[in-house]
Amino acid sequence: MDQKPFLVMKNISKSFPGVQALKSVDFDLRKSEVHCILGENGAGKSTLIKILSGALREDSGVITIDGEPVTLDSPRKAHELGFATIYQEFNLCPNLSVAENIFLGEEKGFKKRGIIDRAKMREKSKEYLSKLGVNILPSAKISSLTVAQQQVVEISKALSKGAKIIIMDEPTAALSGDEVNKLFNVIRYLKENGVSIVYISHRLDEIFEIGDRITILRDGNKVRTLESTDEVPRNELVALMVGRKLEDWIPKVKTEKGKEILRVSNLSRAGVFENISFSLYQGEVLGFSGLVGSGRTEVMRAIFGADPYDEGTIWFDGEEIKKSAPSKLIASGMYLLPENRKDQGLILQMSICQNITLPKLERISSVLKISGRKEREVVNHHKEELSIKTPSIRRLVKFLSGGNQQKCVLAKSLYSESKMLIFDEPTRGIDVGTKSEIYDLINRLVVDGIGVIVVSSELPEILGLCDRIIIMREGIIVGEVEREQATQELVMQLALGEGGLD
Amino acid sequence: MPNVDVSSDSKQVGKSSFRDLLVSQYFVIIVILLSLGIIMSFLSPVFLTTRNLLNVLLQTSINITVAVGVTMVILTGGIDLGVGSVVALTGVTLGAMLKANVPIPFAFLIAVLVGALTGIINGLLVSKGRVPAFVATLGMMSAARGLSLIITGGQSIYVFPKSFLNFFGIGYLWFIPMPVVIAAVVVIVAQYSLSQTRFGRYVYAIGGNAEAARLAGVKVTLMIVITYLIAGITYAIGGTILTARLNSAQPIAGVGYELDAIAAAVIGGTSLSGGIGTIWGTVLGALIMGVLRNGLNLLNISSYIQQVLIGTVIVGAVLIDRMRNKA
Repeated sequence: MDQKPFLVMKNISKSFPGVQALKSVDFDLRKSEVHCILGENGAGKSTLIKILSGALREDSGVITIDGEPVTLDSPRKAHELGFATIYQEFNLCPNLSVAENIFLGEEKGFKKRGIIDRAKMREKSKEYLSKLGVNILPSAKISSLTVAQQQVVEISKALSKGAKIIIMDEPTAALSGDEVNKLFNVIRYLKENGVSIVYISHRLDEIFEIGDRITILRDGNKVRTLESTDEVPRNELVALMVGRKLEDWIPKVKTEKGKEILRVSNLSRAGVFENISFSLYQGEVLGFSGLVGSGRTEVMRAIFGADPYDEGTIWFDGEEIKKSAPSKLIASGMYLLPENRKDQGLILQMSICQNITLPKLERISSVLKISGRKEREVVNHHKEELSIKTPSIRRLVKFLSGGNQQKCVLAKSLYSESKMLIFDEPTRGIDVGTKSEIYDLINRLVVDGIGVIVVSSELPEILGLCDRIIIMREGIIVGEVEREQATQELVMQLALGEGGLD
Repeated sequence: MPNVDVSSDSKQVGKSSFRDLLVSQYFVIIVILLSLGIIMSFLSPVFLTTRNLLNVLLQTSINITVAVGVTMVILTGGIDLGVGSVVALTGVTLGAMLKANVPIPFAFLIAVLVGALTGIINGLLVSKGRVPAFVATLGMMSAARGLSLIITGGQSIYVFPKSFLNFFGIGYLWFIPMPVVIAAVVVIVAQYSLSQTRFGRYVYAIGGNAEAARLAGVKVTLMIVITYLIAGITYAIGGTILTARLNSAQPIAGVGYELDAIAAAVIGGTSLSGGIGTIWGTVLGALIMGVLRNGLNLLNISSYIQQVLIGTVIVGAVLIDRMRNKA
């Protein structure tokens, strides 16, 4: 495939307050290719695709299609130029049918005596769907479909609008192994029919299977574009992404394993997780790995009392927890840092100060008054400790960058003076610098004898940080490996199950 | 101003003091209130007299009292449509007690308990029962009204002890009418608890993001019940003042109070989605409506036209505020 690229992006830069998300990045796309973008969280992948989909405007740089400069200043404009983006969260109306969704906004084409010709719409939909090799009823409601089926509807919708370039952002994140294969068939069909695909994924195996070229981004810079997937060996590819060896940026501190702090026995919740049993010790970092949707987060939320469970027993710090609720567990010394900081971790319209002290206002208040002086003292202490960058601790957290917001969540957990912490995806969407600060912090915590659970989808993180790793798949624990035995391949194999990996 | 950091970032955004003033959360409402005052004092010689200004405060005192409760409910992300009905229910409860020669403090206490009880029911329905606040309090609006009619058989109860009327309605503390004194106490206690206590912090947290608050250990259910309970108490106080001022307890009293109270809160910058707003803002909002009504009365403008003007001012104030925030 040595044809000339038809879409060229040159010297694209974009900065946000406090972060340079893209620094003079070049990117191009040929007809009928799958061009993968690889990079860690915060490398600039999502900024790049947001520019392509018209959701963000570049600060500087040129985009040309067939040599003609174009401006992608709105999603509508991007559509007109043939771009379509399939985000992780779909833009479908769950209460409407498949056909209605595919042709949403295009109803004019189906007018028959002033009303919509539904039969024709369904027929047309069927055409697209069967071309993509799937068997979905055009009259089915979106809400009755699986995630994989919804994705295909999104793709059909893109095709119906004449998309030439389809951008897929982590399309397999929520798919099972079999569904991934079906998606790849769809992608192959699209390629054969002249559609180009920009494919973003963390999963190297997928990229090797489906990709033609790979562009690697790191910290907003383009590292390299590989002309084929076998140009460099796999481990070298990881090194290109990360920019340094694993050990360099996750220094592991050896700690003494203390007494058991948490024991979970046969915890089950119908349809979500089953027979979960494990223990956590003081001074230990226990990792929970597995694909998104494997039930890791749900188990943690159940332990923390945020979600119910049907059966099982939890002992925390020697005592059995009954009728658990977050307020109760925080009071007895457990804290969970939720996976989604904006929806679950922070109250965006409150100040840094007010967010950090929320878990244990008792520490700084009497019955009748919160002490402003004490509050400033403790918050300033944590601000220094975590180097939260802000002109004032009274600033609202919604004005902070992602990394600083995450530090506020961390500060909450430190402020809560807990004996055990659960970190759910602690480094999602934050820059590399902040990441390594978070790793340092976790290391400091375990030295102080705190028990830590880390739930993470990023294998390097799990492998680098944890003393022990528990792997979950489809709601059950499928394996446990000690740090010494753990490799990316082994953990991934367990997470994917039989035949998941070649 | 306490609690300014909850809803404004002026300290960090502002570059000059004038800019600070412009972005201060109360700027627009204060300007509107002052302009209304200036216009009224030009149009009517009576407006700017101590007597008339005290009269404005007196007329606004019940709305301010109940709007305090409504503001707290709205801050948690809820709404309360039952205000007027609970004002009537507590009023007739009080009236019936007084008629039965129950000592005044006990009668008042029972009215407060009834108000609190309606609040507990609302709060439990909203937090435990997951009934939308709009629906739960709509039910209360009807039920409490019905109960007031049942208690009184649809008749008004009147002629109460002089000492009761003096304390809650027509008496003065120095030269300030008692209802104004009571409203001021309610305002100060409420503003203090919202800005200085744990309870207040939890109210803002729940309104800002209930799930995040729960995960940070806030007892969301309990706090919501307490908030509605406190609101119910403010309605009982409002009902008491009304009964004392009229020297009569009427089952059909208080119709439309919820709308005035919600309007005061919203004009004062309280966000209907919760988490943003202060009691000071609500007081200013209530005063804007009070000054407008008073001025229009002084000018002998028909009450039909008044309704149109007040509606316009409510929407206009909020519109200006939103546009300013966007700019």
